[in-house]
Amino acid sequence: MKRFAMATLVVGALALSACSKDRLGDEYGTAGLGGDFVAGSPSDPKSPAYFQQTIGDRVLFAIDQSSLSPEGADLLTKQAAWLMENTAYTAVIEGHADEQGTREYNLALGARRASAVQNFLIERGVAPNRLQTVSYGKERPLEICSTELCYAKNRRAVTVLAAGAATS
Amino acid sequence: MSINLKKLILERSSGAVLAVMVMAAVSVFGLSRPAVAEGPLRIEITDGVIEPLPFAVPDFQAEDGAAGEYARSIARVVAADLAGTGLFREIPADAFVSGVTSFASPVAYADWKTINAQALITGAVSASGDSINVKFRVYDVFSGQPLGEGLQFSGSIGSWRRVAHKVADIVYSRITGESGYFDSRVVFVAETGPKNAKRKRLAIMDYDGANVQYLTDSSALVLAPRFSPTGDRVLYTSYETGFPQVYVLDVATVGRQVLSQQQGTMTFAPRFSPDGRTVVYSLSDGGNTDIYTMDISGGNPRRLTSAPSIETAPSFSPDGSQIVFESDRSGNQQLYVMPAGGGEATRISFGQGRYGTPVWSPRGDLIAFTKQNAGRFHIGVMRTDGSEERLLTASFLDEGPTWAPNGRVIMFARESQGATGAPALYSVDISGRNLRRVVTEGAASDPAWSPLLK
Repeated sequence: MKRFAMATLVVGALALSACSKDRLGDEYGTAGLGGDFVAGSPSDPKSPAYFQQTIGDRVLFAIDQSSLSPEGADLLTKQAAWLMENTAYTAVIEGHADEQGTREYNLALGARRASAVQNFLIERGVAPNRLQTVSYGKERPLEICSTELCYAKNRRAVTVLAAGAATS
Repeated sequence: MSINLKKLILERSSGAVLAVMVMAAVSVFGLSRPAVAEGPLRIEITDGVIEPLPFAVPDFQAEDGAAGEYARSIARVVAADLAGTGLFREIPADAFVSGVTSFASPVAYADWKTINAQALITGAVSASGDSINVKFRVYDVFSGQPLGEGLQFSGSIGSWRRVAHKVADIVYSRITGESGYFDSRVVFVAETGPKNAKRKRLAIMDYDGANVQYLTDSSALVLAPRFSPTGDRVLYTSYETGFPQVYVLDVATVGRQVLSQQQGTMTFAPRFSPDGRTVVYSLSDGGNTDIYTMDISGGNPRRLTSAPSIETAPSFSPDGSQIVFESDRSGNQQLYVMPAGGGEATRISFGQGRYGTPVWSPRGDLIAFTKQNAGRFHIGVMRTDGSEERLLTASFLDEGPTWAPNGRVIMFARESQGATGAPALYSVDISGRNLRRVVTEGAASDPAWSPLLK
C-alpha cells in the first residue's frame, strides 16, 4: 500500500511541475523513488507498468563493474522481448553509480553500465534508434544510506520508457 | 568593477600624508612582487610548523561621516583574511595599550611591542558619492619601521569588501613573500533537497563566503563549474537537455550556451586551457570515455586519448604544455600526464588505492588529487612527476580539490555520511594545516577557485 500512496504523491507533483518531457518517470528522468507513476496495470502485459514492475526496469552491478550478471541478462532478455512487441515506446537507459567514487569517474562508470544494457538490448533485436543512454553517475541515488545495503541498489541501469516511436 | 591602486608618499617632516597618484587602474595581480623586508617580520609558508604571527589591526580611521560604517568593517575583513590563513593571529582590540588616533601620526611602537604585536596595520577611509578610498600602512613593530610603502585603493562603495581583501593581500604578500589570494571568488554547486532528489544550481561567492549570487536555477542538474583564466567565464556540465553537456556561462550576464552537442554522446569534466582559448573535456560515446579538446567557440574538436578505458578529469599545466588526467587503464583509477596535444601518457601515481580529479597547481609545482584508499577519501598533493605524495585530509568522502590563486591553499568538498549526509566546502593548506570549513548558506560541492581579480 505504501507504493500506491507514494504514487499518488508523485502524480500530484508531476501535475504541479508541468513537466515538459514526455517521459514516464519522475521529472528528474529517474525511476529513482521506487514508486513512480507509470501508466497501466502491472498485470497488463502491454502496459509500461508491466515493463517496469512485472519484468523489472533495472539491473544491478557489482562494485566498480559494468558487466551484466546472469540475472541481469535474463531480465534484459525479457525487456528486449517486450520492446520488440511494443514498438510505440522508446527508452532511455540511465546508468548510475553508488557514492563511493569521484564525480567524474562515476559519470564515466554510469555511461559504461548504460551502454552495457543498450548493447545487450540491441543484440537481442531492439532497434538502436529506439534506445538512448544517459549517465547520472552518483547524482541520483535510489537509496540514501551509506552502507553496501544501499550501494548495491544504487549501482544500477534503469530502462525508462518514453511514449512515441523512434525519431531518428 | 575595477579598483584603483595608488601609492602613498609619507612626508616625514610634517607627518602629513600626501596621496600621489602613481598609477591608475593597475591590478594587484599585475604588480611585481612588493619588496620584502629581510628583518624578522617574515613567514615561510612552507615551514613544517608555524607559530602564527601576532598582528594588530585597529579600526581604520573614518575621515568623513560617510566613511564611518566602512572604517571598522574594512579592518575586520582584513583581520579575518589574515587570521583565516592560520599563519597570523590577531591580537584583540581590548589588549591594545593605545589606539591609533590619526593615520598620519607616528606609530607608538613601544605600545605595540608591549602586547607582542609583530605586525601593525593602520588605515583610513574616506567616502564621497559612490566611491570609497582606503589608505593603509603596514609596520614591522619590532624593527620599528614601516614594511613597504603606504598604499591607497579606491573603488565603488559597493566593492568595499574587495578593497579590504586587496589590502589583506598586500599585507600577506609583504610578510610571506607569496602573492595573496583574498581578492578572489569561488564558483560552486549549491545543493538543496534530500540525497535522492537533490537540486543543484551554480553559485558564485567571494572566497570567504560573502556576496553569494546564483548563476543558474535548479531546473536542471549542474556539475563541476570551472573558471576561465580571467575569471569572467565558467565552464560546467548541465543536464538541461536531459543529457550531460558542457556549457559556458558569462559570469557578468549569466548568459550561457552549450559548447557543442553531438547526438548520443555525453560531455563533462571541462576545464579551460591557461590561455582561455581551448577547452579540455571528457566525452562518453558508446560507454567509452576519452579526453578531447575543443576551441572555446565550439569548433575544432580533437581527440587526445583513444582507449577502451575511462579517461577523464583532465587539467592543463599552467604553461599549457601538458595535461594531467585520470584513467583506469591499469585496472583502477590512476593519474597520468600527457602532452597537451595528446600522445604518450606517463603514469605518475603509484601509491596504494585509487587516484582521481588531478588538478595542476597555478605555480606549476604540484598536482592536487582525490585519493581513495581502504574506504576513506583523501585530498593530497604530489610533485608533477608523482614524487613526494602528501595526504592533507581524510574523511568519509573528500573530493574535488581546487587551488587558491597562489597555489598555497586548496579548497574541496567534504560530504558527511548516511541518509542525511550533505556536502560542505573546506579549505586546507598544502602543508595539511589549517583545515577550515568555508561557510555557505546551505550544502555546497564542486568548488572552483578563481584567479586573483583585477
